[in-house]
Amino acid sequence: MSNALHFRDARIVCPVGGERRGDLFVADGRITDAADDATVIDCAGKLLLPAIVDLGVAAIDRAAFRAGGIVRVGLMPDQSPVLDEPGIVQRSLLIGRPDLWIHPIAAATRGLLGTDLAEMAICASAGARAVGTGRRWIADTGVMARVLAYARDLGLVVVSHAEDSGLVGDAVATEGETATRLGLPAAAALAEPLAIARDLMLAESADARLHIRQVTTRAGFDLIRVAKRRGVRVTCGITPAHLLLSDNAMSDFRTFAHLSPPLRSEDDRQAALAALADGTIDVLCSGHDPRGPEEKRLPFADASAGAAGAATLLPLALGLVRDERVSLERLVALLSRNPAALLDIDTGALSLGSEADVMLVDPDAPWQISADTLPGMAGNTPFDGLPVQGRVLRLFKGGREIGAAA
Amino acid sequence: MPSPSDHRPASQIPGGAVFPHRHLTGIEGLQPHEITFLLDEAEGWIAANRGRATPDKRLAGLTQINAFFENSTRTLLSFEIAGKRLGADVVNMHAAQSSVKKGETLIDTAMTLNAMRADVIVIRHMSSGAVRLIADKVDCPVLNAGDGRHEHPTQALLDALTIRRRRGTIHNQRVVICGDLLHSRVARSNILALTALAAEVRVCAPSTLMPPAIERMGVTPFTDFDNALDGADVVMMLRLQTERMTGGYVPSSREYHLRYGLTLDRLARAKPDALVMHPGPMNRGVEIDSNVADHDRSAITEQVEMGVAVRMACLDVLTRRARGVEGWA
Repeated sequence: MSNALHFRDARIVCPVGGERRGDLFVADGRITDAADDATVIDCAGKLLLPAIVDLGVAAIDRAAFRAGGIVRVGLMPDQSPVLDEPGIVQRSLLIGRPDLWIHPIAAATRGLLGTDLAEMAICASAGARAVGTGRRWIADTGVMARVLAYARDLGLVVVSHAEDSGLVGDAVATEGETATRLGLPAAAALAEPLAIARDLMLAESADARLHIRQVTTRAGFDLIRVAKRRGVRVTCGITPAHLLLSDNAMSDFRTFAHLSPPLRSEDDRQAALAALADGTIDVLCSGHDPRGPEEKRLPFADASAGAAGAATLLPLALGLVRDERVSLERLVALLSRNPAALLDIDTGALSLGSEADVMLVDPDAPWQISADTLPGMAGNTPFDGLPVQGRVLRLFKGGREIGAAA
Repeated sequence: MPSPSDHRPASQIPGGAVFPHRHLTGIEGLQPHEITFLLDEAEGWIAANRGRATPDKRLAGLTQINAFFENSTRTLLSFEIAGKRLGADVVNMHAAQSSVKKGETLIDTAMTLNAMRADVIVIRHMSSGAVRLIADKVDCPVLNAGDGRHEHPTQALLDALTIRRRRGTIHNQRVVICGDLLHSRVARSNILALTALAAEVRVCAPSTLMPPAIERMGVTPFTDFDNALDGADVVMMLRLQTERMTGGYVPSSREYHLRYGLTLDRLARAKPDALVMHPGPMNRGVEIDSNVADHDRSAITEQVEMGVAVRMACLDVLTRRARGVEGWA
């Protein structure tokens, strides 16, 4: 039997080809206009979308990715050991295949210490698709200028984390009423736009490609909006947490709401929704960072930052469509096409000839997010208890089904 | 001598409805009448402590564990005396001699304390929220003796009791809290308690030590101490930790004294009979001059006395359900 597939009667949404109701064929792992001897998959009008490319995950968590419709991830460099050696880069590149394609983001500086340039070209030849600063900021402006200039020579995008480390100090929250009432060390939200402003000027002057993994403040979006208009090669991303929650989610010291960057004010959240709608935001990612109870069942400031997000990314994103914050077509670009373009990989669309990374989605299937039953390594979701809609029915990587969620 | 609780109208409300909380993790969440109830209960213990006539060992046979993950002398001593006066078996656990140093997690420590069948646990910890975390995991009442920058409820209760006794009321009293508000759990609990009891609370600190959005807690912020003191009924000074006096938050202790030290001259801006308070330990000559601290308007030693009474009241009230006190079952 051939491995050809015939998706019959699907609602196909592609960021390139638009939306249509009809059939899709796959042969030899690629999308074709017809296929002989194909296995028929009756889609009954359900959504057929490009599978998700999740840019900037902190851990490799197959079960969570599979449940979330994610077939490719951009892996953050702050692993243990740090992704600053070709051997380590290559290993992380290969361990997920064939189900999961891992695109390592190599460390921009050796050991992510922010002092010496890492071997970007060697790491790129070992499979790194970008370089990054991890979950920290390069405080030394001279070093960041050289990182951007050197990465530009190699055609690599620099994935940065924007929080001025001097202003942040030991803060675990954004300054405001909630942090003050809880007595948590807090930093002004200003730490983000300050960092963005510097990195934008450096990127512009070096003509480098800069991707700010998470932008979460009104002032930050304003800076990026203006810079894009000026032609700066900048893109930015966000996670559903910063679109849907504000700092009052930390009330009662809920460590699942301890994130990096921290949750912001309601005004910043509204600005994030506006930036999503007007196209300032390019990438919607999970920021998947599973942390077990040993890291989360601690006093707020002592708990590790980060949330498990892979399994909840799609339903929360579909909620944004339902709330008319963004169109379905643009959502697909945010989840697959744009991150693929950033990593310079040819996927994220359902065009003829492209790799058949597709998912069949029931956008209406209701379920309740539960920390106890969340697929993956840990259930540290700030959305525990939230009812959502949308489930991945079947998931394919290169035309090969990789075990669908129920 | 009547027991402290049976001549108070509030305590005659049956079913423990007058104080329905299992733990005391903070002032937040307490209703004004619940705070008043604790103050009334404490009132009864003051005379008992002074007289020492008939010992009341109502906590006899109960085990009180004072789990102090952060160094403390005064608060620990106060809780220990309070427990012993009530007849409890008091055990102190210091972080320095505990398995916390060996990497045991806070939850595991809590489970261990719980398994030892404590009847009440008093906790101090350096992280905000730590006490509530433990309270959720143990079967007995938990008393917060200070968690990070978050809350120190018994301090706020003893301060409120001191004010009520010395000024007659808390209602409409103009209370100025001055010092390192940013890092102070004493300030947060006091703000919550005093605003709940309808005092007018002013807070005063350099902007480097002022918590953001503090006005959302119902207080008026000042950076000029002289202006803040204008017409004050109570001046509550906070301790400035020595490590914060060396340039990180304020340039030096002498510059701090220049702007925020409570001197007799400054005190003249407050009402003539204004009360001076300090949670201790004091940095004499930094946030408060000796002649102010030792002035007859100073209530600083009285605060310490009230501390024992308030802690006795809290230990008593929180263990009533377990002891099967009538109406509290």
